[in-house]
Amino acid sequence: MIRFLLKGILRDRSRSLLPVIVVALGVFLTVFMSGWFQGIMGDMIDMNARFSSGHVKIMTRAYDENSGQAPLDLALLDVASLKKQLYVEYPDMEWVERIRSGGLLDVPDENGETRGQGPAMVTAIDLLSPESREVDRLNIPDAIVKGELPDQPGETLISDDFAEKFEVAIGDEVTLFGSTMNGSMMFYTFTVSGTIRFGNTLLDRGAIFIDIKDAQLAMDMEDGATEILGYFNNQPYIDEEAMALATSYNEKYSLEEDEFSPKMIRLAEAAGMADYLAIAENMVGMMVFIFIIAMSIVLWNTGLLGGLRRYSEFGVRLALGEEKKHIYRTTLWEAVLIGIIGSIVGTIFGLALSYRLQAHGVDFSGMMDNLGVMMPTVFRAVVTPSMYVVGFIPGVLATVMGSALAGFAIYKRKTAQLFNELEV
Amino acid sequence: MKKIMITLLMTAIVLGLNAQEAKEILETVDKNMSSKNRIFESDMVIHGRRSSRTITSKTYSEGDKQSFTEYLSPAREQGTKMLKQENKLWIYSPSTDRIIQISGHMLRQSVMGSDLSFEDMMDDRKLTDIYNATIAGHEEIEGRDTYILDLAAIVDDVAYHSQRLWVDSERFVPLKQEMFAKSGKLLKRTTLSDVQKVQGRWFPMTMVYKDMLKDGKGTEFRISSAKFDQDIPEYIFTKAALKQ
Repeated sequence: MIRFLLKGILRDRSRSLLPVIVVALGVFLTVFMSGWFQGIMGDMIDMNARFSSGHVKIMTRAYDENSGQAPLDLALLDVASLKKQLYVEYPDMEWVERIRSGGLLDVPDENGETRGQGPAMVTAIDLLSPESREVDRLNIPDAIVKGELPDQPGETLISDDFAEKFEVAIGDEVTLFGSTMNGSMMFYTFTVSGTIRFGNTLLDRGAIFIDIKDAQLAMDMEDGATEILGYFNNQPYIDEEAMALATSYNEKYSLEEDEFSPKMIRLAEAAGMADYLAIAENMVGMMVFIFIIAMSIVLWNTGLLGGLRRYSEFGVRLALGEEKKHIYRTTLWEAVLIGIIGSIVGTIFGLALSYRLQAHGVDFSGMMDNLGVMMPTVFRAVVTPSMYVVGFIPGVLATVMGSALAGFAIYKRKTAQLFNELEV
Repeated sequence: MKKIMITLLMTAIVLGLNAQEAKEILETVDKNMSSKNRIFESDMVIHGRRSSRTITSKTYSEGDKQSFTEYLSPAREQGTKMLKQENKLWIYSPSTDRIIQISGHMLRQSVMGSDLSFEDMMDDRKLTDIYNATIAGHEEIEGRDTYILDLAAIVDDVAYHSQRLWVDSERFVPLKQEMFAKSGKLLKRTTLSDVQKVQGRWFPMTMVYKDMLKDGKGTEFRISSAKFDQDIPEYIFTKAALKQ
């Protein structure tokens, strides 16, 4: 029967072309949009992991409670031994220490007095160790606008916007003013080795990158860091693994009665990240749901139109003695076949565009000048195995639902009315 | 009608007298707390979450317009100097040999991790110049009777929109001070004690500042030496003095 129906679909294109086009379009949008949104959300989560939250993050309990203020006085101490212990217990992770702090970046004139100044967001990472992967993790080489990476202590990378505004050239000195871990005034003069721009306001506004050892020296934080970030080696973030890791670590080392004991939080617990992760996880489901509803309505309408056009055909088939149930069943099988054909076509086009956008994203940086959320400026898609089949769910389901609704007309035909219509 | 008029008139007279008395109290407080110029040597005890530390400094100030502070100890702070002129503030760091001007939002930052902001340190105007006072009642603090004054700002450029002041009714020195934001939120509380007679005026030699938005025990400010109306050389209040 299927072969017979298939022949009918292929030969009578007037009854199959429009539904196939509708299904293909819907499936194309489902596949492509789910791939694109997954790509954007994935990049956003990855960016947050690389820049601020890691896959897991260790802070003191007190720092965690006040992390919005980046309070240096509540930072972790004995970081070297903490890291050593982490590598022994969790060798499949990479652990890096960072210092995050606010301050004022001051540009001197020839007399050493303030020529210009602006707020600074200090990020101290391991910039100088040859084995450090931090520079690549933060994609700093690509963000350098002028100059080069620091290659010795006392050098810094500053925001290109800041450098432009205050006419700071490579090799000039700037002074970082703020507080040390003990609350003393911190003055530390750096030589600008380069300027950077990430294309994201949140990262570029007063950004200053310094080596972690310089920061420890300037901020009286010997062997201290505001946080230790942990990254799964060569794999993306997996919430279940991060949760198991954080639970086991906190059970052993995080003491409620000691506010300076370490506490591990996973990426999903970082500010706002739980919502992003939930959206990313449910993106495919949301897309499928939206397109099933939308396409069912369109295909119901198409089915009704097709049904009207095939009114006479169904009448003749009924007059020849074919059961209403059989006609309805064949209509549904036809819908399944149309759904499969449309889904194949839509999936091919959806995957093709997703592969294209996976390799070459779309640059929205021009529209994101004042964006206060840490997200990439180039939106890329990601092709996942689920995208090969996900389109078939709305494709087939919507076609069958549309035909099932439209096919009810068959049962409404009365034999007497039928003969009258056929003028028998 | 006649009764209502008399009641309103009496209320107005009482309120007027209250405001007049409150103003006189505040003027007497200003006489004790303000001077042509002064030199303080003080210890600031800052209680952090991990440890406490004491910072010793010497401050010269003239009216509410200019002041100069040199930090004497500990070694980390030694040689750091601050100069205030009108509404400008400069800090000199001996380690970098730099003079940095502090402005904008940085003025609201804590000074050396204390409960005092740069803005708090800079605003040294007479209370009568920036607030209107009314008497809100009486209360006993540490065995001394006090007037409770409610102060409402009469100028815009003020760090605290309103204050409540507990003034010793005999010595006319504040013993407690609460500072509020425009929303009515309590931002800071200061308790003043160890009131001594210095050059004919009563003056609190110990003050404990508490930033109510921060955890912690507050910052203790102990004056070890206070001298009023001295001959302070004019060069002290210049940027050149910062590098000397």
